[in-house]
Amino acid sequence: MTIGSVPVRFRITVDGSRCMLCGRCVENCPYDVFRKESDTIHVNSRKCVACHRCIAMCPRDAISIKERPVDYRSHPVWTEEARESIYNQARTGKIILAGMGNAKPYPVIFDSLVLDACQVTNPSIDPLREPMELRTYIGKKPGRLEFRDDGDCQSLVTTLAPNLELATPIMVGHMSYGAISLNAQKSIAMAVRESGTFMGTGEGGLHPSLYPFQDHVIVQVASGRFGVDINYLERGAAIEIKIGQGAKPGIGGHLPGEKVCEDVSSTRMIPVGSDAISPAPHHDIYSIEDLKQLVRSLKEATEWKKPVFVKIAAVHNSAAIAAGIARSSADAVVIDGFRGGTGAAPRVFRDHVGIPIEAAVASVDAKLRSQGIRNEVSIIASGGIRESADVAKVIALGADAVYIGTAALVAMGCRVCGTCYRGLCPWGIATQRPDLVARLDPEVASRNVANLIHAWTLELSELMGAAGINSIESLRGNRDRLRGYLLDESIMRVLDVKPVGA
Amino acid sequence: MDGTKIRSALSMMDERGSGEGAGYAVYGAFPEFADYYAIHVFFDAVHESKAAVDRELGNWGTVVHEEEVPTYENRNIRKVHTPWRYFFKPDPSLMPRSETPEDDIVMHLVMKINTTIPGALVYASGKNVAIFKASGWPEDVADFYRIQDYSGYIWLAHNRYPTNTPGWWGGAHPFNLLGWSVVHNGEITSYGTNRRFIESYGYRCTMYTDTEVVAYLFDLLVRRHGLSPEMAVKALAPPFWDDIDRMDKKERTLYTAIRLAYGSAMMNGPFAIVVAQRDGIVGFTDRIKLRPLVCGTAGSRLYISSEEAAIRTMEPGLEEVFMPRAGEPVIGRLGK
Repeated sequence: MTIGSVPVRFRITVDGSRCMLCGRCVENCPYDVFRKESDTIHVNSRKCVACHRCIAMCPRDAISIKERPVDYRSHPVWTEEARESIYNQARTGKIILAGMGNAKPYPVIFDSLVLDACQVTNPSIDPLREPMELRTYIGKKPGRLEFRDDGDCQSLVTTLAPNLELATPIMVGHMSYGAISLNAQKSIAMAVRESGTFMGTGEGGLHPSLYPFQDHVIVQVASGRFGVDINYLERGAAIEIKIGQGAKPGIGGHLPGEKVCEDVSSTRMIPVGSDAISPAPHHDIYSIEDLKQLVRSLKEATEWKKPVFVKIAAVHNSAAIAAGIARSSADAVVIDGFRGGTGAAPRVFRDHVGIPIEAAVASVDAKLRSQGIRNEVSIIASGGIRESADVAKVIALGADAVYIGTAALVAMGCRVCGTCYRGLCPWGIATQRPDLVARLDPEVASRNVANLIHAWTLELSELMGAAGINSIESLRGNRDRLRGYLLDESIMRVLDVKPVGA
Repeated sequence: MDGTKIRSALSMMDERGSGEGAGYAVYGAFPEFADYYAIHVFFDAVHESKAAVDRELGNWGTVVHEEEVPTYENRNIRKVHTPWRYFFKPDPSLMPRSETPEDDIVMHLVMKINTTIPGALVYASGKNVAIFKASGWPEDVADFYRIQDYSGYIWLAHNRYPTNTPGWWGGAHPFNLLGWSVVHNGEITSYGTNRRFIESYGYRCTMYTDTEVVAYLFDLLVRRHGLSPEMAVKALAPPFWDDIDRMDKKERTLYTAIRLAYGSAMMNGPFAIVVAQRDGIVGFTDRIKLRPLVCGTAGSRLYISSEEAAIRTMEPGLEEVFMPRAGEPVIGRLGK
């Protein structure tokens, strides 16, 4: 009893005058917060993670959750989080795990950037009446075209490298089967097919029930090589080598054995119940030239028909790494900012390692342009894209397209409670427990995700039209259409944007 | 043709300007120096900056003739710059790895002088092409330089309504680099993208206005990448994807390749542009024609303008008048 109980994180109260004892809270809470005894609902608040499943399911709005009803004694340095982590580690002697993305209150650069609109000197364009082009090609583009003179006309000599054609520059990033449920993956797959875009498999293999969607699936090759064989590579529309992840740069992945059920085991090609541990580095990549070999081996294996992406976490030297990747035959570089989510990451990494996506994209785009190799690779930005304005801003900073992850999960019901690593997701998303997975209906959830992509696409069209731009190429890298609002001068230099009013 | 008619044509459109910028370009202006680059410089103060410009030119070649551009006092124009022209022969051996060493030397000099020598602005650098521009109404600028004293085979003229940089001579059109001259009505909303694209090829935007990128883009696409002027226009104002999807396979591949390779060169926003080079002109508008463009022909002459009235002022006996579709280039080639 050296440490004793720490203040409860959430306090749940059930309003007896509203509750009709239907017991849905009891059924729905996988964390065993609720217990029904005779004519009362008993509550163990200490188990609550604030996933809000009970609130969503209560037919009478009888449940309320209050955060920190008993707070720690306030202190500006020894925050509750700091003290709680110490108690936790003093008890366990272990690394603290956390889910979702960076939870530190770092300022969000997106929220200090504002977009432009046209008036008088040039007209804004109405996307309802004029064409508005969001079609995006991801892959290697020729630096220049070669023509042959055929008498009067010129004919093209240059051949194009394979590119992915996206109807909208919004894709859904890599979340593996294992980290999320098969129903969640299916929902995303149905949504991206309907939206004319793509999703990533993550490092979890490709389940046969996703084969019908394979033309919209980017298959991932990560350091554990789980689920990788020639069948897998050939089915993907593109292949992505995952080097790093924004939520945990520099370390590998860990899928706990409890999540490795029969189906996950066969898809990943690992024994049932075994921990799936991806090493920190790829054990065949110890230098940039090794990466080049892997890129070319994957291309060779698939007869140079598929684009190969390389995903890195946004860190201090991502611009230099991206320049190396651009010279490796890779077709796209994915940059995952430090707000990128994950099913499980050490908290210290999630919250302290890496840099924001806004700065990373700006520096990568500038570096590639300064070396004249921007056309060699597309830039895909991910990690902390929350709304269509973020998409517009990151494209204006230089990205070709974005991956969304958390936003797609939120569209399926996720409340961002950050408890994914426990495998008990009550929304049927980050879990493999059959009864929980069954809660997510792919027909409904896919509609939600498709709606989200559609709505963002419409908003992006409107933003472009207001800026007098009718094709996404003219927004890309167009930092002149951004202004920094109360950003400091050094970060504006990195972003190459002017302050508001300038 | 001397400059008399173009002066009266441009004056027809005074209401499109604000009296703060006008300019003219004429090809064939310097027959006696036709093989030399006519480097035009605005000096803020000749005694301060000219020595540095002379030194740069001397480092890269030979000046065979130089003179202050003759101007004539005009009470509506304040002579804030001294226009100067050099006739310059670069030494190709100084740029050994280039396929077009003379052009590359001149381009390098333009970028270097404009970014490093204060008080000097190179505003033209082509062979046998003269540029006349200043702040003022079109007829005043014409009289200030007495453009009727010059004659040539291609004329461009422009009347400005400045919003970004009023009163700055460098901001008046035409913009010129090497053989390329550009006049532009509009505002390029993709300027930030275009500028970053062109700057990664060694060009430096120094005129504080969007139009100069057009000259640089044409130089890159046509001179350095070998595209025909038609193809260059298709890169800058490409067909929509919906139209490309309906083309036959060969055309579809071609336009897809153009959009993929030159997506960052594509110009967005409202514009009507005429680009000239020594053997012809090309006029085109943005992809949804947010600015007017009208053409007329008479005999072997092609006229392109924002307004038909201006064309009829120059050529009362027009044989044909037409309005090109959005994004469609209209090309006039010099006869043999």
